[in-house]
Amino acid sequence: MKVVLDQDRCIGSGQCVLSSPEVFDQRDDDGIAVLLAEQPPADAEEGAREAARICPALAITVAE
Amino acid sequence: MAEIVEELPTYPMSRGRCPFDPPPELDRLQDTEPLSRVKLWDGSTPWMVTRYDHSRQLLADPRISSDPRNDGFPFSNAAQSQNRGQFNAFIVRDDPDHAAQRRLVTADFMIKRVEAMRPRIQEITDGLIDDILAGPKPADLVETLALPLPSLVICELLGVPYADRTLFHRLGKTLLRRDNTAEQSRAASEELRAYLRDLVKRLDSAPDDALLSRLIVQQLRTGQMGIEDIVDMALLLLIAGHETTANMIALGTVALLEHPDQLAALRDTDDPKLVANAVEELLRYLTIVHNGRRRVALDDIEIGGRLIRKGDGVIVATEIANRDAEAFPDPDKLDIHRAARHHVAFGYGVHQCLGQPLARVELQVVYSTLYRRIPTLALAIPLDEVPFKHDMAIYGVHALPVTW
Repeated sequence: MKVVLDQDRCIGSGQCVLSSPEVFDQRDDDGIAVLLAEQPPADAEEGAREAARICPALAITVAE
Repeated sequence: MAEIVEELPTYPMSRGRCPFDPPPELDRLQDTEPLSRVKLWDGSTPWMVTRYDHSRQLLADPRISSDPRNDGFPFSNAAQSQNRGQFNAFIVRDDPDHAAQRRLVTADFMIKRVEAMRPRIQEITDGLIDDILAGPKPADLVETLALPLPSLVICELLGVPYADRTLFHRLGKTLLRRDNTAEQSRAASEELRAYLRDLVKRLDSAPDDALLSRLIVQQLRTGQMGIEDIVDMALLLLIAGHETTANMIALGTVALLEHPDQLAALRDTDDPKLVANAVEELLRYLTIVHNGRRRVALDDIEIGGRLIRKGDGVIVATEIANRDAEAFPDPDKLDIHRAARHHVAFGYGVHQCLGQPLARVELQVVYSTLYRRIPTLALAIPLDEVPFKHDMAIYGVHALPVTW
């Protein structure tokens, strides 16, 4: 799996961090999401998929 | 044409017998005519969007505007219509202005910042419950817990004196009434703005570490924001920061008391994941923002075989989208074990709630504490005598007499 995050679209809702803290964090200065693992380990894949489904700003895509 | 307009259902609609369920008419529209028209107070006939997938699609569409200065915007009442332009925070702006303003305050509400506040939120909650237990029975849960907790937390976060709560509670309540006249709304807004303007000036001469002072130092003093811009931001964060969570605490408690099996499961768990899940389910089930998400189309949009034309008003009724069986099987059932985090109770698209991480932690703390500390908690009046907020833009209860 490959995760792509578009920081320009991100609104800092934090939804991805709740879904998948192994894969996403937020920048200290403005709360915009950062990608911790572009290729998540197998046990974090479902969380990353959920993050992509839930992201309100459509800023996350996953390629299987 | 006049005859057709006459037959359209009027929005907002009345709820049916169950105080937790959305109006039956919305349910009917979702089943039979998911993209239809409704009639508003001023005779305008915006689109009514009731399905979950349509709701998400439209709220995330950049051709849909939140800016009430655009022609065709579906106003909630005469007050909103006549006072447009008075309030100019990012929730009534589109990108790129919206994003630029929102990003100034996003960091304060991000997950790790809010998680760091959890011990303080727990401490406040414990103290308020101590006071309830030491006080007279029955107690009004709204006045003793639901309103004080989020008010205190947002005051500390913003740097607004909690001692001034009577003023901003009263004015916030007036601004959220569905049947406000333009005069009532303008007077309340002016009074609140005057208070906040004065506060901003005081903070400018003696800044602290809280959010408003940082905005003053970084934006006001550098000329990037004017004082009215700071007042807009303060007003938005202060009102949205307490009214919403307060209603979820009180209404959530009524819902749980009416679903004792769910309340027992929540009270008996030591699993923070189940508590967090219960919060998501209650957010979905109750969807307290029951005035629709109001938008206007900036371009023609094809959706579900219909054509929304440029300039058409659009109301996305997230209160019924969250009861769509396609997204939530057996949607009218409150089930704290179900997967519910994809709900749209916080909205969807770039305007999705800024304060959602804070609301979540506040609700997790309250729901995991209150029913354990007061296991015999019960309504002190019959359910049908509870004053539900049918008259407010945000649903909840005006008061909640409880005993134990």
